[in-house]
Amino acid sequence: MRSEPRAGWGLKAAAWGAIAFLHIPLALIILYAFSAEDKSYVFPPPALTTQWFGVAWQREDVWAAIQLSFEVAAWSTAIAVVLGALAAAALARTTFFGRDAISLLLILPIALPGVITGIALRSAYGTLHIPFSFWTIVIGHATFCVVVVFNNAIARLRRLNPNLIEASMDLGADGFQTVRHIILPQLGSALLAGALLAFALSFDEVIVTTFTAGQQTTLPIWMLQELIRPRQRPVTNVVAVVIIALTFIPILGAYWLTRADEPAHR
Amino acid sequence: MNTALALPAPAGGLRRRISDLLYTRRGLLLLALLAPPLLWFGVIYLGSLFALLANAFFGIDDFTGQVVREFTLRNFVEIGNPANLDVVRRSVTMAVAVTLACVAIAFPLAYYMARYATGAQKALLYIAVMLPLWSSYLVRLYAWKLLLAREGAISWLAHELHLVWLLDALLSLPSIGGPSLSFSAIGTFIVFVYMWLPFMILPVQAAIERIPGSYIEASGDLGASPALTLRKVILPLALPGIAAGSIFTFSLTLGDYIIPQVIGDSTRYIGQVVYMQQGVAGNLPFAAAFSLVPIVVVGVYLWLAKRMGAFDAL
Repeated sequence: MRSEPRAGWGLKAAAWGAIAFLHIPLALIILYAFSAEDKSYVFPPPALTTQWFGVAWQREDVWAAIQLSFEVAAWSTAIAVVLGALAAAALARTTFFGRDAISLLLILPIALPGVITGIALRSAYGTLHIPFSFWTIVIGHATFCVVVVFNNAIARLRRLNPNLIEASMDLGADGFQTVRHIILPQLGSALLAGALLAFALSFDEVIVTTFTAGQQTTLPIWMLQELIRPRQRPVTNVVAVVIIALTFIPILGAYWLTRADEPAHR
Repeated sequence: MNTALALPAPAGGLRRRISDLLYTRRGLLLLALLAPPLLWFGVIYLGSLFALLANAFFGIDDFTGQVVREFTLRNFVEIGNPANLDVVRRSVTMAVAVTLACVAIAFPLAYYMARYATGAQKALLYIAVMLPLWSSYLVRLYAWKLLLAREGAISWLAHELHLVWLLDALLSLPSIGGPSLSFSAIGTFIVFVYMWLPFMILPVQAAIERIPGSYIEASGDLGASPALTLRKVILPLALPGIAAGSIFTFSLTLGDYIIPQVIGDSTRYIGQVVYMQQGVAGNLPFAAAFSLVPIVVVGVYLWLAKRMGAFDAL
C-alpha cells in the first residue's frame, strides 16, 4: 500500500524521534541501577558498580512484596482466563439482544479511569463491611484482567474454521470432546497470550490496588512509596530494572503467540 | 433432520445427554457460558459502581466521621465551591493539552508505520510502541523522576548544549513553572504525554492503515500539494483513530492521581482529590461524588466528539 517510495527526512526524523522519546527513559533506568551514587539522581553517574544488586537481593521487604504480587497476579490471571474464555466463547459467533452491552461491560473496568474502579470497590467493601485482605486485591485485579483474555480469545475464535467443529461432531464426538480436542488446542496459544498480558497487567497495577489493599504491600505499592518518599534510591533503581525484565518477558511472549491474529501485522 | 435416525444411537451417559442438550438448545449453551462472567461483572463490578453512586448521595457525620446513610445532595453542592471547580478546570485543561500533544507526536510515527514501514521494520516499530504501553507504569514514572530532577539528565543536557537559559526561562513562567522540572506543571505535562502516547499511536496507525493508497494518489493527480492532501484527505480519514486515541488520553489524564503526586507542583487534580478524600480525610461519600466528575466530563467529551462527526467514519 505504498504510494510514495520513500519517506521524507522530516517524517522519518519525527517518527524515530517519537520512538526515542518512548525508549530513552527506559534505557536510563538500566543505567541508574549501576550508578555508584546513592544520595541523588545525578547524571551522568560518577562511577558504575554492581553492588546494589547484592544489596537489593538481601532485602526481605522487597522479596515479600514480590511474593504478594506474584500470588495476586496468579490468582487474578486464573480467574480472568476462565471468565474471559467463557465470555469470548459466548460472544464470538453469536448475535443476540444485549451482546454489545456485555462487551461494553467487560471493557468498562479499563475504559473508565482506574480511580473510579478503585473507589467503587472501596465503596462496596465499606458498605458491606468487608475487611481488606488478599482476596479484596484479587477481586479488583481479576475484574480488569478479564478484558485482556477476552480480546485475545475472541480474535482467535473468529479465525477458527467452524467446519472443524461440525466435522468433529459428525465424526461422533460430543460437545465436551470437541471442546477438549478441537477448540482448546487452537485457542490455547491465544489464551496463554491473554494470560501473560493479564499477569503483566496485574503484576504492575497500582491505582486500583491502593484502594483495595489496606495495609498490604504489593511490589507496585512498595515502588510507589519509594517514589513519594525516596529512602533507598539504589535499591529502588535495582527493583525498577527487575520489574522491567519481569514484565518484558510476558509482553514479548504474548506478542509472539498472537502475531498472526492482528490483521495489520500478518 | 432424519439422518439422525440412520445413525446408531450414541452411547448414552449423562455427559452425552448434557452435551446434546447444549448443542441443540443454543440459548441454553449461551446461558451456561455467560453465567459465570455475567455473575462476576453484574454482582461485583456493577454492584460496586452502584455502591459508589449510592455513597455519592450519603453524608458524613461531622463529629464521628462515620458515613450517614441518608439521602443528601450536600456532596454535589460542595463540588461547586471555587477550590473544587478550580481542580476540575485544571484537570480538564491538562487533559486537553496532553491529548493535543499526543496527537502531534503520534501522528508522524503512526503515518510512517502505516505507509512506509514494511516487514521486519514494521514489526520492530510495533513492538517498540507496544512495550512501553504494557510495561510498568511506575517504573516509567520513576524514569522521569530521574530525568527531570534538578541534578538529572535533562539539566545536564541543557548545560552541555549551553541551553540553561532556555530551561530557566521555561521554569520562570508563571503558574506552569517551578523550582525544577520535577516540581513544575511542565514536568507533569511531559510525563502525562509520555505515559499515554502509545494509546494514541496504535489507533491512529490502524486508521491510517485503512486509507486506500489510491485516495492519496488521486488527490495528488488532481493537483493537490502533499500538504493539502494531508489536510483534506488523510486527516479527515484518520479522525476516527484520533478520536479513539483521545478517549484514552483524555480519560486516563482525568483519572490519574499518581503522576501529579510524584512529578509536579503541589496543585491538585481530580484523581488526587478523590484519593485523599477517601483515605486521609475519610470522607468516602464526597470522594464518591467527586469521582463522578470525570465520568460526566468524559461523557460530555464523547458526546461532543460524536457531534463533530468523529465516529461517522467508524
